[in-house]
Amino acid sequence: MSTVASAQAQAAQAGRNGTGERAQSGDEPKRGGPAAPAATADAADAATAAATVAPAPLAPRARLWPALAAVYRAQLSRARVARIPLLFVATFQSLGIMVLMRGVVDGGAESRAVVAGSAVLVVAFVALNLLAQYFGRLRAGGGLDHYATLPVPAAAVVLGAAGAYASFTVPGVLVTAVAGGVLYQLPLSGLWVLVAVVPLAGAALAGLGAALGLLAPKPEIATLCGQLGMSAALLLGVLPGGHLPQPVGLLRDLLPSTYGVEALARGFQTRPDWGHAALDLGVCAAVGVVSLALATWAYRRAAVR
Amino acid sequence: MGTGTRQQTAESVRTPTRAAVRIAGLVKTYPASGRRRHGPGLNLLRGAPRTTDVPGAAGVRACDGVTLDVREGEIFGLLGPNGAGKSTVVRQLTGLMRPDSGTVEVLGHDLVRHPERAARILAYLGQESAALDELTVALAAETTGRLRGLDASAARRERDDVLDELGLTALAGRPLRKLSGGQRRLACVASALVGERPLLVLDEPTTGMDPVARRAVWSALERRRAERGATVVLVTHNVMEAETVLDRVAVLDRGRVIACDTPGGLKAMVGGDVRLDLVWRDRAPLDVPQVAALAAHATVSGRRWTLRLAPEEARAAVDAVTAGRAFAALDDFSLATPSLEDVYLALGGSGEGLVKV
Ligand SMILES: Nc1ncnc2c1ncn2[C@@H]1O[C@H](COP(=O)(O)OP(=O)(O)OP(=O)(O)O)[C@@H](O)[C@H]1O
Ligand SMILES: [Mg+2]
Repeated sequence: MSTVASAQAQAAQAGRNGTGERAQSGDEPKRGGPAAPAATADAADAATAAATVAPAPLAPRARLWPALAAVYRAQLSRARVARIPLLFVATFQSLGIMVLMRGVVDGGAESRAVVAGSAVLVVAFVALNLLAQYFGRLRAGGGLDHYATLPVPAAAVVLGAAGAYASFTVPGVLVTAVAGGVLYQLPLSGLWVLVAVVPLAGAALAGLGAALGLLAPKPEIATLCGQLGMSAALLLGVLPGGHLPQPVGLLRDLLPSTYGVEALARGFQTRPDWGHAALDLGVCAAVGVVSLALATWAYRRAAVR
Repeated sequence: MGTGTRQQTAESVRTPTRAAVRIAGLVKTYPASGRRRHGPGLNLLRGAPRTTDVPGAAGVRACDGVTLDVREGEIFGLLGPNGAGKSTVVRQLTGLMRPDSGTVEVLGHDLVRHPERAARILAYLGQESAALDELTVALAAETTGRLRGLDASAARRERDDVLDELGLTALAGRPLRKLSGGQRRLACVASALVGERPLLVLDEPTTGMDPVARRAVWSALERRRAERGATVVLVTHNVMEAETVLDRVAVLDRGRVIACDTPGGLKAMVGGDVRLDLVWRDRAPLDVPQVAALAAHATVSGRRWTLRLAPEEARAAVDAVTAGRAFAALDDFSLATPSLEDVYLALGGSGEGLVKV
């Protein structure tokens, strides 16, 4: 029994010498009988040389869309289980804000802005805040290693997660928009624009949230940034743009959710200006592309450290 | 011994045997002010002084010139105490971490230069597994299979096979977060096994598992080796695991490989010495001359003395302590042939942190 073991051990020894620097070969004569080990080393070298000429075939990569779909499905199931209470929180928060503002604003453009801002706030809460927390925790807990050792495109992981979080907000946004429309007596016929607003604002905010979570040095900071981002969306989105001081107005223009809010607010007009709404959505889409690209870059950066 | 013959048959299937993994001269130093994933406290507790591990110094040299060869079809283990650098080696092997210097070659691919290839030749199970926590066992396995490039039906089929193989079918619908530690670990192993890969790299796959689950994992690995010629590199703290399932073991201590051989070969290094454990009722009767003589060679931990002795010395020692006043003070004793733990002690490691089952 021990002959097998020691023969293997010797072969292993020889193999290791074969791979080491040639400088070490000066020590060789000192160790043991010269003939036999040298022969073993040659054999090992030959075997490993054969290995070098024919690298093992690589398994195929996971393709973008199937991988994205798999991540999306997994994330959605995850969100369904763990995030439903938080969706309620987000929706009630928005409903509460609309009730509060009811006495303050006096109809027209202001009430449209409040309702649109509150509806998009649900997206900001889930896509920005919760996604930043999720990626922050995933990164801190070594969870990114799991994805990094699977042959999956970075974009599939980021887009799948962002998409799942964004689509998870749909019921909350709908409830908020309809309830707000009724509360402020706005026409609901233009609400179909949500079909474009939710995915585009969702993409922009989710990308931002994912990037924050992946770039923040600590998960606590990721959480903080997510919450700050949401507060910004709350204050700058719900308050009508006209009354804001210059620097705050500028900040409002920089926030990706603003354009979603504006597009939705136009949808609440009696005769909506769809041309301008399309322009707003175009900006939203462009910001979405940029922020998702940023998130994908942040993911790659975080995965290889 | 079992391992020897088993490996011989595995090798005779493929000729010539080639290296699946070749790691040479691997060095990795963590920056002093970097993010610490394992708190520094652990090592201080272990009391292993490390020249480069002084707080505020240049950093932690977690990997200090590691050289290893793993042959195809081998089940290869990394054994060593906490903080020895096992995970650091494994993370460089999987392309997750770039070595400061040294080479990593897996099945003919240079993974230092092409880390992105790692995902396409190996499956990795990390020591922590936060990514899957909120998924159900079935969805975790299926999604991992999909992301490893399987199509939908293949992923479902492999998911079912692996869950069945590991005895997880009854838990398939439960989220990982709500499972016990050992069950969760088993579910993570299942995910690692979905989607065939010629190399499996597993960081403490069986930690926290009961013997039944552990055996299921071992036979799943064994089957992949026998049927598909898979190579396995696994990290373990478990001496029994190392002795029963591994073809070869590298013992790591403070970032260095202090020994690398078959379990049998390693045990031969401690020669014919046997291990004598003495447990005293209260305290050792040091006034008995023979006991006092033994005390000089004993490793004392509480009431337990551990001695490594030549067989005839051990016999004499047993005679001495099983008579008279020494025997009255003795609670229990055992005599055993050397284990890997003894090898580890003989090699000068601290010996703590190795679980003996
Ligand atoms: N991210 C990090 N930053 C700084 N030091 C680290 C980091 N990760 C590990 N270390 C240090 O490097 C050394 C080796 O760590 P490693 O995780 O490789 O040990 P290990 O052998 O896997 O231990 P365990 O059995 O506890 O898993 C330890 O001293 C550890 O404190
Ligand atoms: Mg480890």
